[in-house]
Amino acid sequence: MNRLQISYFEASARKRVNALVDADSFTEYCPPELRKTSPHLALLDSPLALDDGVIVGQAKLAGHSVLVIAQEGRFYGGSVGEVHGAKICGLLEKALAKKPAAVLLLADSGGVRLHEANAGLIALSEIVRSLLQVQAAGIPVLALVGGSCGAFGGMGIVTRICNELVMSEQGRLGLSGPEVIETVKGVDEFDSRDRALVWRITGGKLRRALGEATVLVDDLIPAFRTAAIQLVERYKTQTLVADDLAVLLAAQSNLVNRRTRFEGARDGREIWQDMFTDSARVPDMTVEEFNQQMSVLL
Amino acid sequence: MIDLKLYDRLFGVGCHQLKFNGLFLQGTADIDGRDMAVIGTRDHAAIDGTIALQISAAILQVVSEDTVSGKSPRPIIFIADTQGQALSRHEELLGLNGYFAHVVRCVDLARRHNHRLLTIISGEAVSGGFLAYGMMSDCICALPDAQVRVMDLRAMSRVTKISLERLEDLAKASPVFAPGAENFWRMGGIHEIWTEQDNWPQRLIDALDKATNSDARAAIGLERGGRHMAAPIKSLVVNS
Repeated sequence: MNRLQISYFEASARKRVNALVDADSFTEYCPPELRKTSPHLALLDSPLALDDGVIVGQAKLAGHSVLVIAQEGRFYGGSVGEVHGAKICGLLEKALAKKPAAVLLLADSGGVRLHEANAGLIALSEIVRSLLQVQAAGIPVLALVGGSCGAFGGMGIVTRICNELVMSEQGRLGLSGPEVIETVKGVDEFDSRDRALVWRITGGKLRRALGEATVLVDDLIPAFRTAAIQLVERYKTQTLVADDLAVLLAAQSNLVNRRTRFEGARDGREIWQDMFTDSARVPDMTVEEFNQQMSVLL
Repeated sequence: MIDLKLYDRLFGVGCHQLKFNGLFLQGTADIDGRDMAVIGTRDHAAIDGTIALQISAAILQVVSEDTVSGKSPRPIIFIADTQGQALSRHEELLGLNGYFAHVVRCVDLARRHNHRLLTIISGEAVSGGFLAYGMMSDCICALPDAQVRVMDLRAMSRVTKISLERLEDLAKASPVFAPGAENFWRMGGIHEIWTEQDNWPQRLIDALDKATNSDARAAIGLERGGRHMAAPIKSLVVNS
């Protein structure tokens, strides 16, 4: 199979990591051989994974030292339980000592693992605090989102705290998943089976248009790799400082403005109409064309 | 009329000045001459983008005021009462997760500016709304009637396809998935549970004095026997 054709969406977490970083450069921490599985899933007689659905370790990316976190969306939707969360938290703490060029977070998760919900929620809050410390230490954290579970729940928040967010069009990002909203609020509020609608609300193009995703790439692992390399090299040349009051006040007014500008909007189409002259074509645009139009708009 | 009983009990009658705007509240309190800022939600608020921005604006205002005045940074008391995030297509379209991330960043700014951060859970603390600000502070305290959860067992049973009876049975032995402040306490996710008999202003002052800006929750969870894996797995990865 041609390495250039590998879909990021279709690949497993392990395949993503191996194809993303420099060949044979990945060393896993807390690998499957150690059998650190979830005691809580075991108690419920539920299936286990030897890596508890997340891979953490070190690697080289275009020769630069990086630490990597990759969630496996096929294992309980990449959800965060006690062991899974502790591996991510540990990796972030490791970054404080090791000072890599960047931490790459390959998020693919619906958020808290309900089978161990309390542990998962606490773990997510610990991940957030560790992540902020890593950034305050001047180490950029780059999120990559293009898997089948996207990044939702607590992982949706974590992803938006990262310094950069690389997404594919197939990637999805949000807080509450469409199914949850439909279950609680009804199908009129959100029809989770309307795939086109789901993508217009949560998908990569929408997130890029709103400026949340900082890079939109094709659904190919090499495309994610190229974007990650460019970002790591950009951060090599600039000093990362923690957000100060002025930065956060500016962010505040941006978020206020978005609510005013798109007051009452309930469909990505309304965002396209506001931004693009040829808004009807947005869903059909190639990533290249979309990015080209965005570069004019921004 | 907003019932002020809770705030009277927390800070003392006449010791707080709070402004209420919808389900959001903001103001100051003074316990024995110690000034503190108060930010919170009430009546089980569903946190939407508007409330998230009210919380973040209030935090930024406190940081800014104390920077300008040159006074030592006041503690910030978060009063968390939330049923979780608002469930809405509009909010999702605008990226509610990003609004929550902004709140988290503002809390972090306050911490880096040496504001001591304390959360008091009154009413409910649920999932995403709790994660966004209540869980980010240095010390998390629950009032006696506090309901803390990710999801109720019935909904959990639907999603996990494990029978409700089985979940209820397992919940007796394990703090890991069942709702309850006590369960979160055992896992280190809540530092203190106050009782009805306690002198709350005194407990609040004591908690502020004890709190530090480092996150020791994994170690606390291990010590209390509610979370055995988190601390050792973290160490295992850090020392790899």
